[in-house]
Amino acid sequence: MADKILNKIYVKVWRQNSAKAKGRFETYTVENISQGNSFLEMIDILNDQLILGGKDPIAFDHDCREGICGMCSLYINGHAHGPDTLVTTCQLHMRKFSEGQTITVEPWRVGAFPVIKDVMVDRTAFEKIQQAGGFVSVNTGGVPDGNTIPISQDDAEEAMDAAACIGCGACAATCKNSSAMLFLAAKVSQFAKLPQGQVEAKRRAKAMYAKMDELGFGGCTNTGACELACPKSISIAHIARLNREYLKAKIAD
Amino acid sequence: MSNFLSASIGRKVFMSLTGLFLISFLSLHLTLNLLLIFDDTGVLFNQAAYFMATNPMIKIMEPILALGFIIHIIWAGWITLDNMRARPQGYASGDQLLKWWAPSKNMFILGGMILVFLILHIFNFWVKLKITGDPLLSKPTGTGIEMHNTYELVKTLFVNFPLYDVLYVIGGILVGLHLSHGFWSAFQTIGLSNINWMKRLKCLANLIGIIFAVGFSAIPIYFLLKF
Repeated sequence: MADKILNKIYVKVWRQNSAKAKGRFETYTVENISQGNSFLEMIDILNDQLILGGKDPIAFDHDCREGICGMCSLYINGHAHGPDTLVTTCQLHMRKFSEGQTITVEPWRVGAFPVIKDVMVDRTAFEKIQQAGGFVSVNTGGVPDGNTIPISQDDAEEAMDAAACIGCGACAATCKNSSAMLFLAAKVSQFAKLPQGQVEAKRRAKAMYAKMDELGFGGCTNTGACELACPKSISIAHIARLNREYLKAKIAD
Repeated sequence: MSNFLSASIGRKVFMSLTGLFLISFLSLHLTLNLLLIFDDTGVLFNQAAYFMATNPMIKIMEPILALGFIIHIIWAGWITLDNMRARPQGYASGDQLLKWWAPSKNMFILGGMILVFLILHIFNFWVKLKITGDPLLSKPTGTGIEMHNTYELVKTLFVNFPLYDVLYVIGGILVGLHLSHGFWSAFQTIGLSNINWMKRLKCLANLIGIIFAVGFSAIPIYFLLKF
């Protein structure tokens, strides 16, 4: 069955020339979009149209376009990564939109993610949090034989669930407090459940927490919006673990 | 330690622990208040009120309770202000993920409304009991011991002023909504939760919310209907 064609849609998108410039919304009309198109393909078509009209194309982040790199963002019609569940913006399809609809496209609105241009934001803050402690620096030796480290399937699965985080920033973008706690929790959990990561668990939780506060992210109020917005469905149960790890470390100090 | 107290998590631990402390107080408060509807002579309630007014343990706990409220309120303001600063510019398309009325999104507003109710509540009862006194309090209680007739004070308010009944029902519902998020959230913040317990705690939080909302609302409604 052929995909339906959207004859006309309106894209209301945030335009901002540079980090310092004042931004504004502009509405563009886009015609003949197949519902089989991805959302970013629609933006590509719109950009071609803008370029042909002698205008500046919309700057937006994207890379792999298959939902694993964490590069795409966009806050679409009140939803981070658009009105679909468990997908990144690049995996969002135009079938989620209807004829004549106005689609509002905004950048992540997080103080710690300043706008670079249009709907492209600087997510270096996440890198900084990761660099503060999201690694294993003890010597774990060479490659061991398979199954020589005793670890339960449940723990391995939970660590992998946390490691599924692609660092896209949808959690902070969705959170009413612009909190990076789900990101932080995922990065702490992926190590906390595994023996190699447990060695530095205390230092990691403290350092990453302190960095998040320093960068100006808000605190967590457990609304759970982040896990709903997360394209990798990372559970806020990891946040409880992060808090536990941090408090254990602090009490021991 | 100083960085713990000012860190976002440290401040939330304060909210969590004071919140749980206030819930334990509310449980006692609700239990004793329910005596109002189980004994129309008022003897049971008056004896409970007398116990609360004279027991040394309760006297020690009173200023601690006040401190609990003060910390919970001031810290709420501090945290909320900081959280608002984290997003200098909001979304034009709003937040379509959580319902606008979700208690988790409105804890500060719910808390603020509860504070207004609390002030009214203190003026209705505490001020009269402890400071100004009231002629109703000196009515005979029928217990044989000389004590305040607190029952008469409560009954008169709820029977004679229907507006207060409405306000107290609203107050009960606000507390219920606040706790339906606050209870499980408190455990989450201090790390006493995981993938299994989160579901149980959320379920328990909703139950607690309903118990407090229905329990506190039942009292004014009872007086309005019965008398």
